[in-house]
Amino acid sequence: MKSSLLRILALIQKEFLAVLKDPRSRFIIFLPPILQCLIFGYAASFDLNSVPYAVFDQDHSAASTEFLSHLDGSGIFRRQADLGRPEDIATWIDSGRALIVVQIGQDFERHLLAGEPAEVQVIADGRNSNTSGTASGYLESVVEDFNAHWRADHGEAGPAIRIVTRSWYNPNLNTRWSMIPSLIGTLTMMGTLMLTAMSVAREREQGTFDQLLVTPFRPSEIMAGKTVPNMAIGLTQSTTVLLIAQFWFHIPFAGSFFILYSGLGLFLMAAVGLGLLVSSISATMQQAMLYAFLLVMPFALLSGLTTPFNSMPKFLQSVMVINPLRYALDITKRVYLEDAGFTQLLLPDFLALAVIGLVTLSGAAWVFRRRLT
Amino acid sequence: MKDWTAKLRRIRALTVKETRQVLRDPSSIAIGIVFPLMMILLFGYGMSLDVSRVSVAVVDEDASADSAALVGAFQLSPNFVVTMARSMDEANTIFMSRKVDGVLRIPSDFSRRWHLGEAEVQILVNGTDANQARIMQGYAQGPVAEWSATQAGPVASAAAGPVIVVNRMWFNENNNSQYFLVPGLIVLVMTIIGAFLTAMVVAREWERGTLEALFVTPMRAGEFLISKLLPYFALGMIGFVLCLLAGQFLFHVPLRGSLFLLCLASMIYLLVALGIGLLVSTLVKSQFLASQLAMTLTFLPAMMLSGFLYDLRSMPAFIRGITYVLPARYAVALMQTLYLAGNVGSVVWLNLGVLTAMAVALLVLTRLVTRKQLS
Repeated sequence: MKSSLLRILALIQKEFLAVLKDPRSRFIIFLPPILQCLIFGYAASFDLNSVPYAVFDQDHSAASTEFLSHLDGSGIFRRQADLGRPEDIATWIDSGRALIVVQIGQDFERHLLAGEPAEVQVIADGRNSNTSGTASGYLESVVEDFNAHWRADHGEAGPAIRIVTRSWYNPNLNTRWSMIPSLIGTLTMMGTLMLTAMSVAREREQGTFDQLLVTPFRPSEIMAGKTVPNMAIGLTQSTTVLLIAQFWFHIPFAGSFFILYSGLGLFLMAAVGLGLLVSSISATMQQAMLYAFLLVMPFALLSGLTTPFNSMPKFLQSVMVINPLRYALDITKRVYLEDAGFTQLLLPDFLALAVIGLVTLSGAAWVFRRRLT
Repeated sequence: MKDWTAKLRRIRALTVKETRQVLRDPSSIAIGIVFPLMMILLFGYGMSLDVSRVSVAVVDEDASADSAALVGAFQLSPNFVVTMARSMDEANTIFMSRKVDGVLRIPSDFSRRWHLGEAEVQILVNGTDANQARIMQGYAQGPVAEWSATQAGPVASAAAGPVIVVNRMWFNENNNSQYFLVPGLIVLVMTIIGAFLTAMVVAREWERGTLEALFVTPMRAGEFLISKLLPYFALGMIGFVLCLLAGQFLFHVPLRGSLFLLCLASMIYLLVALGIGLLVSTLVKSQFLASQLAMTLTFLPAMMLSGFLYDLRSMPAFIRGITYVLPARYAVALMQTLYLAGNVGSVVWLNLGVLTAMAVALLVLTRLVTRKQLS
């Protein structure tokens, strides 16, 4: 037992040396998570801060000017041009210089004063329909605001309902607050799974794996020697992201570190297990890298990170029970923002991760043992 | 003349070797064919940016005819699945256990205040998923507006608003998200096939020492690179054709620009991706480093910073500054325009020009570096 432990310790030391000896390799383990965390934090948002737009005002009245000043005063819409001819609309939209063009017909003011509905045409660049949909949504809320003012000024105000929204755990509904805690799991999985898969494949490609096999190491010891260092590197990556979330993006950590790290531990076990499984079917580093990538891609895209999990087809939702990231996202987000405890809510996540970890690790051990004999 | 035939023969021999290597490795086939298909299916069917139906617990503390009608409006709305709760306590319990996405509370003075001119309803959302919370907030406007329109009678015409917006979305009238996903997908697929495979290829030859064996042959740097480019270029074009077919026959995305320009643009972008892969590979000479660098330098920007998923205009200025040196940005603009808007001269020539310049610069640079390392 003691000698087995010593052998595992030696393997762990060797593994750390192999990864961390080369300064470039140390760099590449920590650079991507940091870089990705910053990029996701700043770039991954469906909100729009600025919408460039152009105006084709055929009315040139006091009312249309007032309407446009509401748009310009919104802080989001930035007027790029006043168009003089209808042909200009296509030019500005096509070239992408304006995301939307607001066209005000020449009887805009007349309709308004007569109490008839006055139309405003909005033409949006649908090349990215998601963005233009958001922009049109913003525009409509500016129009509502204008309408309320107009009615109040002209004594037509009727009863109104105010919708008061209260948001728990993220009072300002800041996208970054839900994005960054999710990255603790996502970035770590990408890093750990690939690192593990490639570390075994590298040994195999360079022939050192065969050397390992003729030593007195047992397969389980070799497995442990691969699992522990990669989990440790994964935990360091998660901690890096966690620190960036707290000290760079200032997202308050509500929960308990103990629960978070127990969840991450199980999650990393599953990630390393998957990495070992991938490596057991790969003969070269290229194969390990590409297969790992082919596995990580759907896991990351279908975890609920970028699009809501419940909107996915039911079939895919049920396939994704094997996706460790899905559970990890639940745990990291809810412990981070909601201070979730070991209640019945988090237990299924923990359980699922433990099962995935055990199945993948023992599966990989089985494959390795078969190769041995 | 003889020089030329020898050159061509050497290129051919190396290309044949490289092609065999590609064909014999199941992982290159996986990335060339399985990967595009997987992405097409994932983006086409798996991911949906819309929140289809939101489940909400409704607490009607007012229990008046007015509030009952409002609850009815929520029940009839296609966007909501309503669960009734007797009290806020009960609603909170359901909310905390994640059985509903939000809570709608109609306070006890709702009806009274409505008749006084201004009423209030409260919505409780879970900010852990900010995007979904915001969508739900937007959805709630619908039934509320509908209800007040039916209630207000003569005032209703005013409630419809003095100014009404007529929205038209050019290029994508029906707001079909596959229209912008398919052009972006082509860029993503080309990036992976182009940069990932080649990043590992040259590095592997360095790691295994087979490149040194080539040193002693009369082969030149340029010939070596051409033989590395050709098979992966072909693999990339297979991926492109798969995406093109899926766009045409599976998703019915209109191709309004010219097919010729689309192919040309894809080829040039593929050369850029291959160039990055080869350059990284030649510089770091380690498969692990090369693969991680290729991932960080090409895949991530193509996904996040290209305008494919997230709009470039909402990014902070310094991130937007970075996107100008990323080829994926130009490729996405080009593909989206060619697909949906047509041959818009100003967009097409500018982006095509930048990509061509990048391709030439990368390949020339790779050739210089390789030649230096060979001697």
